[in-house]
Amino acid sequence: MKNKRIYLDHNATTPLHPEVIKALIDSMKIYGNPSSMHEEGRLARKAVENSREIIANFIGANSNEIIFMGSGSEANNTVLSMLTCTGRKCFNIYKGPLEIITTTIEHPCILESSKCLTDKGLQVKYLDVDKQGKIDIEQLKEKLTSSTILVSVMMANNEIGTIQDIKSISKIVHDNGSLFHTDAVQAIGKIPVNVRDLDVDFLTLSAHKIYGPKGVGALFVKNGENFCPLIYGGHQEGGRRAGTENTLGIIGFGKAIEMREKEMADEAKRLLNLKSILREGIKKNIKDVNFIGHPVDSIPGTLNVSFWGCEGEAILLYLDLEGIDVSTGSACASGSLDPSHVILATGIDVEYSHGSIRFSLGRDTTKEEIDYTIEVLIRTIEKLRKMSTFC
Amino acid sequence: MADLNWTYTENVKDHFMNPRNILDNLETYEYDGKGLAGNKKCGDEMLLVIKIDKEKQIITDCKWKTFGCASAIASTSKLSEMVIGMKIEDAYKLTPKDITAELGGLPDNKIHCSVLGDKALRTAIDDFYKTHGMKEKVTTEEAVVVCNCMHVTDHDIEEAVLEGARNYQTLQEMTKIGTVCGECKDESIALMNQYIKQYFKK
Repeated sequence: MKNKRIYLDHNATTPLHPEVIKALIDSMKIYGNPSSMHEEGRLARKAVENSREIIANFIGANSNEIIFMGSGSEANNTVLSMLTCTGRKCFNIYKGPLEIITTTIEHPCILESSKCLTDKGLQVKYLDVDKQGKIDIEQLKEKLTSSTILVSVMMANNEIGTIQDIKSISKIVHDNGSLFHTDAVQAIGKIPVNVRDLDVDFLTLSAHKIYGPKGVGALFVKNGENFCPLIYGGHQEGGRRAGTENTLGIIGFGKAIEMREKEMADEAKRLLNLKSILREGIKKNIKDVNFIGHPVDSIPGTLNVSFWGCEGEAILLYLDLEGIDVSTGSACASGSLDPSHVILATGIDVEYSHGSIRFSLGRDTTKEEIDYTIEVLIRTIEKLRKMSTFC
Repeated sequence: MADLNWTYTENVKDHFMNPRNILDNLETYEYDGKGLAGNKKCGDEMLLVIKIDKEKQIITDCKWKTFGCASAIASTSKLSEMVIGMKIEDAYKLTPKDITAELGGLPDNKIHCSVLGDKALRTAIDDFYKTHGMKEKVTTEEAVVVCNCMHVTDHDIEEAVLEGARNYQTLQEMTKIGTVCGECKDESIALMNQYIKQYFKK
C-alpha cells in the first residue's frame, strides 16, 4: 500500500483514462490546422468534428451548439463577459439597468467575473444556500425581476458535491424571461445531463475532471441564443472562439466523453458504495465530525467532512506523508484569510470551519484504499486533537 | 515514498511529524506563566505554558498546544525547544525571524504562524511577571492609533503586512487606513515598510 499513492482528489483533476492515452498517442501525428483546406487540415478537422459530435450527443445537443474552449473557466468567463458587450450582435437589445443572479457557492471564475460585472455597472444578486448546499427556490423567485438578464447556478458543487435541481430552476428563470447558464464541470460524466431536458441556454464543460486532458473545455450555447465571443480574431468555432483548435486536447476530450458514456452508470454505483463505506468508517471511529453537503443529491464520489479541533492543512499534510492525496477548504491551504467560501456559505459552526477535508473518489479508487484511508485518518485526527487547544 | 519539493523545509517537516513538548494536561501541569495567542475563528490558536527557575531567571520547561496548520505546529514545537534553558529576558526578545531561521525558513504566507508563537511566549512571560510581583518588567506595547479617522493602529498595519500587504493601495484595501483625510499616509507607509523589513527581508 505504501508504494502506490492513494489519489482521492478527483474533483481537482483526474488521471487520463487509458483509452484517452491510447487515442492521444494514435493522434500525435495529426498536425494539420483544422482550418486548412488541404488534406492535413481536413484530417484534423475530421478529428475535431468527431469529438464535437460525441460530446453533443452525450448531452443531447446539436454539434453546432458546442464551442471548444481552453477551459471551463474560459467558458464561464465567456458567458458572463458577453452581458456587458454593447457591440452590434450582442446584448444591446436589453435596455435599462441589468441584473444577474448567481449563488454564493459558485467556482471563483464565476464569482470573480461577477465582481467584474459589478464594476461595469451591472447589479449582481447572490442566492444563499442551506446547510446542505442547496439554493432556496423561493429566494430565487423573489430576486428575479424584469431586469434580470441571466441566472447562473452551478449544477454540482466542486467542494461539497451538492447537486442543484437545475430543471426546476431553469423553468422559473425562463418563466421570468431570463437566460439560464449552468456550470456543469463537476456534473458532466458523473450524473446524466441532457440540455434539452434541463432546458438550459448555456452550459459549461471541462475535459480534465473526467479523465480527459487539461487545457480543453467547451461551452454549449443553445441555437438561436445571443452570443458574443470572449476571444476575437478568427473564424474558428463558427467565429465564436478565435484561436487554432487544440486538436489533440479535443480528441482526448471526445474520447473521455465516449468512455464516460460506457462507464458512468456502473461507476456511479460503485463510487456511491465506496463513499458510504468511507462515511460510515469515519462516523463509527471518529467523534465530533461534521459531514458537509447533501446526503442524497450529491455527485457519487465526493465526500466533504470537517473534523472538530483540527486544522485542514495539517490533516492534508499528514495524509500526504502517508501517501494519501486529498484537499481542504481551510484558510491556511488557500493562502487567504478565510476558509473556503463554499464551506462558510453552508453556515457551518466556526469551530468546524477550518477543519474540512474533501475526499473525491474516482474510477481507480478501491475498497482497500478506502479502508486504509480510514485507518490513517483515525490516527491522524487523534494525533492532531492531542495537541489542539480545543481539547 | 517520494516527497519531491515538500511544502516546507526538512526541519519544519520533522517538527510537524514529531512535535516536541506537547502539553498533556493543563489542569495538572504546574506552570509559572501561561500565554494564549490567536483564536479559533482565524484558524490558529496557541497555548504556551512555562516553568521558571526564579533564582536563575531561566525557563526550565515549556509545554504547548496548538490548533493550526503544519507550520503553526512546527513553529510552536521548535520554539518550545529553543526556550528551554534560556534566560527569561532573552526569551522575551525572541522574534518571529529567530523562530523561522531555526526552522530553515517558512513560506511568506506562513510567517504569521510563527508570529503567533512569539506572541504566546511573551504573554506567558508577562503572566509570570504579573503573578510574581514584577509587573514593571512587562513591556508588551499597547497598540498606537496611526489613522485617527478610521481608527487603524500599528498592530493593524503589522497584521496587514503579515497577510500580504506590500504597497499602500493593498494596505488601504485591507485596513481602510488613510481613506478619509489621508494625513497619516507617510507615517503608515513608513510603518508598513518597517514591518515588511522586519518579517520578510532576508
